[in-house]
Amino acid sequence: MADRSYTESHRPGDFQLADPHARAHVDHTYSNQSYWRDAYRQFTANKGAVIGLLVIVLITLFAIIGPMLSEHTYKSMNIKHKSLAPRIEGFENMPVFNGVANGIHSYKERKLEDVYYIFGTDTLGRDLWTRTWQGTRISLYIALIAVAIDMVIGMSYGLISGYFGGAVDNAMQRFIEILSGIPHLVIVTLLIVVLRPGLVTITLALMITGWIGMSRVARAQVLKLKEQEFVLASRTLGAGSMRIIFKDILPNIFGQIIIMSMFSIPSAIFTEAFLAFIGLGIPQPMASLGSLISESFKSMTIYPYMIVAPVVVLALLMLSFNLLADGLKDALDPKMKEM
Amino acid sequence: MNEPVLSIRDLSISFKTSNGTVNAIRGVDLDLNKGETLAIVGESGSGKSVTVKAIMGILSGNQEIRSGTIQFRYNRDGEEVHQDLLQLSKKDMRRRINGKRIAMVFQDPMTSLNPTMAVGKQIMEGLIIHLKMSRPEAHERALELLRLVGIADPEKRMKSYPHQLSGGMRQRVVIAIMLACNPEVLICDEPTTALDVTVQAKILELIKNIQAKMQLSVIYITHDLGVVAKVADSVAVMYAGKIVERGTVNEIFYDPRHPYTCGLLSSMPDIVTETEKLYSIPGSPPNLLHEVKGDAFAPRNRYALNIDFQEEPPMFQISDTHYAATWLLHEQAPSMEMAASLKARIETARKEAGEWTESDSWR
Amino acid sequence: MDRKRLLEVTELKQHFRVSKRYTVKAVNGVSFVIHEGETYGLVGESGSGKSTIGRSIIRLYQPTSGRVTFEGVEISGPLRGKEQALLRTKMQMIFQDPMASLNPRKKVIDLIAQGLDIHKLYKSKEERREKVYRILDKVGLSREHADRYAHQFSGGQRQRIGIARALIMEPKLIIADEAISALDVSIQAQVVNLMKDIQEETNTAFLFIAHDLSMVKYISDRIGVLHLGYLVETGTTKDIFENPVHPYTKSLLSAIPLANPIQEKKRVAVPYDYATSGIDYALGREQSLSNTHKVLATDEELASWT
Repeated sequence: MADRSYTESHRPGDFQLADPHARAHVDHTYSNQSYWRDAYRQFTANKGAVIGLLVIVLITLFAIIGPMLSEHTYKSMNIKHKSLAPRIEGFENMPVFNGVANGIHSYKERKLEDVYYIFGTDTLGRDLWTRTWQGTRISLYIALIAVAIDMVIGMSYGLISGYFGGAVDNAMQRFIEILSGIPHLVIVTLLIVVLRPGLVTITLALMITGWIGMSRVARAQVLKLKEQEFVLASRTLGAGSMRIIFKDILPNIFGQIIIMSMFSIPSAIFTEAFLAFIGLGIPQPMASLGSLISESFKSMTIYPYMIVAPVVVLALLMLSFNLLADGLKDALDPKMKEM
Repeated sequence: MNEPVLSIRDLSISFKTSNGTVNAIRGVDLDLNKGETLAIVGESGSGKSVTVKAIMGILSGNQEIRSGTIQFRYNRDGEEVHQDLLQLSKKDMRRRINGKRIAMVFQDPMTSLNPTMAVGKQIMEGLIIHLKMSRPEAHERALELLRLVGIADPEKRMKSYPHQLSGGMRQRVVIAIMLACNPEVLICDEPTTALDVTVQAKILELIKNIQAKMQLSVIYITHDLGVVAKVADSVAVMYAGKIVERGTVNEIFYDPRHPYTCGLLSSMPDIVTETEKLYSIPGSPPNLLHEVKGDAFAPRNRYALNIDFQEEPPMFQISDTHYAATWLLHEQAPSMEMAASLKARIETARKEAGEWTESDSWR
Repeated sequence: MDRKRLLEVTELKQHFRVSKRYTVKAVNGVSFVIHEGETYGLVGESGSGKSTIGRSIIRLYQPTSGRVTFEGVEISGPLRGKEQALLRTKMQMIFQDPMASLNPRKKVIDLIAQGLDIHKLYKSKEERREKVYRILDKVGLSREHADRYAHQFSGGQRQRIGIARALIMEPKLIIADEAISALDVSIQAQVVNLMKDIQEETNTAFLFIAHDLSMVKYISDRIGVLHLGYLVETGTTKDIFENPVHPYTKSLLSAIPLANPIQEKKRVAVPYDYATSGIDYALGREQSLSNTHKVLATDEELASWT
């Protein structure tokens, strides 16, 4: 017999069917992590989304501490200091922030050697740095509140409409159609005429029709999931409708809802800015990004620096939220994992 | 000995997932002879679909061919050509091979057909593009094809849309489209799994008839051993990306040697004999993310030997056509009795069949 | 067999109104009985109405007409407290798609204990966990699986979780709606063996809905054959397989491929086309060929078939 380097033998006692532990090993195809940790991993791999998130955090940080860094408040006027160009200490020889606008060194002209305004001042002598960040605060605040309430109202509306179907769904959807048929601007204008212009009114105006999109997404998701077997299984086990909606369906559509919210924040910010631009925004002397742009628009050709700061902040915010939402969409969208 | 039409040697394919690299195919050798039907049998994860996708050149982006050749022998303008399909560019594959010389029928007829195009138009498409026929010529040929696949009233059906046809009819249309350009090889990837059993019987009959008429070589992928028995001339059993047993269909059914093949045969309930308890292979197929040490089937194999966990078994020859990759065929391996229920069933089957000659049964 | 009658279905009809002019008549007057501890196999192809029957019985749909009684209680009418409680605990269902039948956001322990949670069948969290562990042992899974998520398991294992979810309620009847169709062949055998073991241990009855006749033969005591919403033939497994009478049953049996290559290649399936057969199911009535064996036929048809 040739020399063999392996041994052959039966594994002892191996003529019975394998015991339960051998039979039921878990497929380690996926990491033993929950859905959220998987999503986190996916999200951090998307550079655009991470950058978007960082920019948002940065801007929010500035919005909170920015006004505190300056000795001026957002409404303190100093006519002597009106229409000054942006100037930072130490930037005398740089092309920007050196106090020069249109070739004129406005500080030198008025003999204000020791006065510095980082973003300059507006036509009424108010510090633009403080106003910009104050404005960002207000814009963010309005947008977030509006979106949060939209999420709650829209989600619940869509969930109930979609799950119960039939006459209930019919009625609820027709109501939405009527509501969205009325021009948004008309409603907003009426609101502002009836109620005093202010933070609450603007938020209300944004909320009035903002939740409709959310409810449509929620309803579509519910319709998709309603006939899934795990929902049927809950029904056969005796679960009531509310339990099914909130414990079975909601966790599965939460990802979509978050994505939808993230996408509606930039449009809320922009809508507020637009309303402010056409004069329906928050009243002076309060500032929001939109109202700042609106004011500086008038003197854009003479003093272009006035419009730069709020526009840049607005653009960055919107871009970042869109990037973030895109990243979230890729991370949270339940994908079919290969078996 | 006639040279095979399709010859796969040492094919290895892996693909990247977010969790690592999966070695889907780990060294596959296959031969398809002219005019015969080869059935590839395996369960999910065995790699049978990936193998034929490699033949057709339709692997997905993250799938990478590690090694191997696929030699295809065909007729081009009267000349016999040998071509390694893996060396062809995608463009050449599309122009010369796909649909024209090798055609594929997929599992779900609804997703194989364009839902927005009338059925007749879809058949004519291939004719016009590949065979450069004119529209009226293509129309005639399409009618011919519809009759060939047994669709009544072809004139009317030409204008139907896929959703207006039943599952069985849609599959017939798909077969018609695939046969339009007179291919030499037809690959069927579980074509009847989604269909009812009575419809399945008819489709299988249809493919058999067409094969005889058109001298087609057919590769059949399935997990249903009954279907294999009906259509196949030779069988390859796949497990975890490798072929574990290969032979003529009679050899595989009446004289299975690999424990996995025996397990598959035993876990099919038999409509003819009374079965007290159905044998089931314990566990589930291995996760190919991890390197396989030894025999991939060993953890589920009640006849596993120590060496199965250390070294992968080579293909042992049983006859000219019958090969199995199991250490049990080694001369030093102990003799093992096949499970009694399976033995009894095979005995009964053999008696009913009558013609099969006695050969060495399992040691 | 003088076993007690567990489920009685009488003239069950299920129609779906798709539009003003078009109604889908999924189930047309089906009647059968399931006894305690037995397995009744309901067999048919797509469009036969078999899944619809299962779902109508468990009241996922509202039956159009007909009567269903479970343990003597009528469950086809308006469901009040007593009927609801009985139906939702003592009758359970296992579904076809192992991926879709488990909520992807829930842990296995929560999935299995869902019924216990709804009907408040435990007093403490430890008791709940203990119950789940015991069921996991029974279905062949390990305790550490309780804290994992469904997508981490293979198809066969997920189906076991589905069985565990049904079994923990200690039901008298489990409806298995194509529970093994989506699984690999060797895994099907595992799951079917598990169901047989459970039946032996707990005397649960099964309504096994499937299209695979050979598997149905292995697991069922009695079988009903459905076609186009009608129950064309019913009887014990022996009746149906050794003495099929209805032409549809015969064609169905002949279409099943056997694992015998030489035989199989010679065999040709018996064809049957309802449209051209001259049979009208609506005209037939239930004819008894024996205590157990019944066929849907008119008197002339019965005479010509036997």
